[in-house]
Amino acid sequence: MYEHDLLIIGAGLAGLRAAVEGTRNGLKTAVITKVHPVRSHSNAAQGGINAPLTDRGDEWEGHALDTIKGSDYLADQDAVEIMSSEAGEAVLEMERMGVIFSRGDDGRLGTRRFGGQKVARTYFVGAITGSAMLHVLYEQALKHGLQVYEEWFVTSLIKEEGAVRGVIALDLKTGELHAIRAKAVVMAAGGAGRVFEPSTNALICTGDGLALAWRAGAPLMDMEMIQYHPTTLARTGILLSEAARGEGAYLLNSEGKRFMEKYAPDYMELASRDVVSRAEQTEIDEGRGIDGNVLLDLRHLGRDFIEQRLGYLQEVAVEFLGIDLAEQPVPIRPGMHYIMGGIKTNANGETEVPGLYAAGECANVSVHGANRLGANSLLDTIVFGRRAAVKSVEYVKTVGESGSNAEQYLKDEKKRLQDLLDREPGHRTAVIRNEMAANMTKGIGVYRDQNSMEMADAMVDEMRKKYDSGIYVQDKGKTFNTDLMSALELDFMLDCARSVVSGALMRKESRGAHFRTDMPDRDDANWLKHTLVYKAEEGVRTETLDVVITQWQPVKRVY
Amino acid sequence: MQANLKVRRFNPGEPGAQPRFQEYSIDVHPDSTILDALIQVREEVDGTLALRCSCRASICGSCGMRVNGRARLVCKTRVEHLAPNGEQLTIEPMGNQRVVKDLVVSLDTFFNQIKRITPYMQPDKEPEHGEFIASNESMTNLLTAMNCIMCGCCVSDCTVLEVDPNFIGPAALAKAWRFTEDPRDSKRNERLNALNNEAGGIWDCTRCMQCVEVCPKEVAPMERIMEMRDAAIEAGNTNTSGYRHTESMYNSVKKHGRLDETRLAIDSAGWTNVPRMLDLAPIGFKALLRGKMPPILPHKAEDKQKIKDIYEKVEGERK
Repeated sequence: MYEHDLLIIGAGLAGLRAAVEGTRNGLKTAVITKVHPVRSHSNAAQGGINAPLTDRGDEWEGHALDTIKGSDYLADQDAVEIMSSEAGEAVLEMERMGVIFSRGDDGRLGTRRFGGQKVARTYFVGAITGSAMLHVLYEQALKHGLQVYEEWFVTSLIKEEGAVRGVIALDLKTGELHAIRAKAVVMAAGGAGRVFEPSTNALICTGDGLALAWRAGAPLMDMEMIQYHPTTLARTGILLSEAARGEGAYLLNSEGKRFMEKYAPDYMELASRDVVSRAEQTEIDEGRGIDGNVLLDLRHLGRDFIEQRLGYLQEVAVEFLGIDLAEQPVPIRPGMHYIMGGIKTNANGETEVPGLYAAGECANVSVHGANRLGANSLLDTIVFGRRAAVKSVEYVKTVGESGSNAEQYLKDEKKRLQDLLDREPGHRTAVIRNEMAANMTKGIGVYRDQNSMEMADAMVDEMRKKYDSGIYVQDKGKTFNTDLMSALELDFMLDCARSVVSGALMRKESRGAHFRTDMPDRDDANWLKHTLVYKAEEGVRTETLDVVITQWQPVKRVY
Repeated sequence: MQANLKVRRFNPGEPGAQPRFQEYSIDVHPDSTILDALIQVREEVDGTLALRCSCRASICGSCGMRVNGRARLVCKTRVEHLAPNGEQLTIEPMGNQRVVKDLVVSLDTFFNQIKRITPYMQPDKEPEHGEFIASNESMTNLLTAMNCIMCGCCVSDCTVLEVDPNFIGPAALAKAWRFTEDPRDSKRNERLNALNNEAGGIWDCTRCMQCVEVCPKEVAPMERIMEMRDAAIEAGNTNTSGYRHTESMYNSVKKHGRLDETRLAIDSAGWTNVPRMLDLAPIGFKALLRGKMPPILPHKAEDKQKIKDIYEKVEGERK
């Protein structure tokens, strides 16, 4: 039996930032992660991190308002105030840890512009900002001697007397299940992009943390808020950073026109992501696309500029499409990218379940509301990763010894996994997953309506039945059984899909990323509310919760 | 199009298991990467095949493996490029690292090397507020090494690690360079001293270029190692066989227009290094017996004046 004060699930930016805080505070801290920390999906964040640095003339209120407007007024404003006002110090701290942020001529941090904001306040490392930050936090983890359960896959949470007290996890290398007890658990396991196909997300983004918390009783909030990123590569769906547009790239339709003039005359290509994605989809739907894509044009930026500031984009365009960005526009389209929804937490990372905290993409604080601004996700991870750890440090001190039932959990979980392995041949994981993911994109897409959502609803039920009655794991071995892990991940993804569809069907309006063609208007009178989906004995239980408004009253959102 | 894969399978966890090759032939999309093909095999044909993969966009570093004998990120390698006419592709786990199962190798080798270079910034004094002041050029310079995604391809194909597992390795040394060149780090000299003196340090690289060739992110670890050698010498670290070897070669070619091999061996060891001389004696004796002993007094190159001219020109430019 392994024992810790603080156990963090996930070793991306939120998880590692929480872990550094835990160790600094002298807690016996460990991180458990299904991939090595530097493989985490925080790597994929390219463009930068927002921070209003007040010592050089920016105002945190400006960033807060941009964030709130970006969220289509669904963000909780008290939480946004905390994020915006702590942003500067959080980013500077990352710099002092070693992140090689780009500089201005004065040797201080330099910026680029990002979407939904008029002020250039996005700090960056080329087009590898997430990777550069993740590697530095991993260095800090090494410095502090952080214990990491690498390539351990959490299959369920242990609860004792209503509180979360650890996890059951599969050591992939040996195939053995273990119980790890902890006084508090921080969920920082990332998003659920693979519930959709295509998606910019890595194959590991299977919503494990969302489903684990949900099963333990925590509600998932605003799960219908799925971000479609405006610039994902044709066919493969690989991300091309918003930094391209931040640095001046154009979006063109088949007529060679900068079509954003029509949709966002003031912000043009740098309107909020939901606005740009809808504009692209409309152009494509109305016949002004090229094979289901529009074009991103960087040619006027020049080769040297592209290679120095946007090197990774050039690499991706050349490798995956054979396109040289300095010579040719690149075909792109909206693609599923991020889930604004997540485990409901307050600004201290507390969920509704004692002992369980959450931060990063799997959490919903809520600071992104109905649409996240580019470069706010990295900010979210480090601000709320730290805050979740600070609060859990306090909590851990109040936790006394209690009789453990971890052994029972372990026994039950061993049986569950053995049953899965002992099944008769049936459906392979990929068959169910592909059907689910393609239909989620159809049903809960850039545009959606009652019919499409009902289709998705029925489909998710059907896939769940198919899974429960016939999922089949072909690999019966112990060592590195990825076939078994994929089946368990699909189980988590089906729970995520369920909560996304239930949330979507609840919301009878259009707001941010949730755009219903059958109800195209925002309805502040009835829907300045969060949707909450709980797991119930049978199916789900839903509730709504009022949005917290502090100083910014909702107004019409124009870019 | 058709992808024909020959995959090395091995599960050391199974009693009596031996490595073997298994062939798969599948129909793939013309744009498919080798990773796409392997995933297709795993999902549609053989669920027991073990491999690591995640981002599909050459940023997470999970899918390093050997294709036709050379380490590559398979998410970044298209089937069509290596096998336009359906040629068989041989897929094996990376080298120099223990196999866990099939294409999955242990990460311990790689990350234990990283841990040897004190892999975090050690500033003298942190600013109380704000950031360190540093030029944009100095930060952009570090981007080459920060592009490293720790995929392990360079470690896989490093020819030194093949014979000397104690070598710190190309990726870790490139990461060390990232700190020695960072103006915010205060331990430049200590780092260079350690890498200079430590067995397995910067002088153990044989400049075979493999790491530069296979790196999918153009980190060019060997070039970073060479820069650290220069930096270590400039910082006064001249009491190493590596430095003496370099100096002896430089002087010998300058003087004779060719290499004085006998002198090189003795210079490198150091003239007062008795134990090393005793090591060298039997080698020299064997060489003598087989007629391979280099002449005690070196031959001189016929056009050595031309070589001298080159030296003068280069040295002049350096000044």
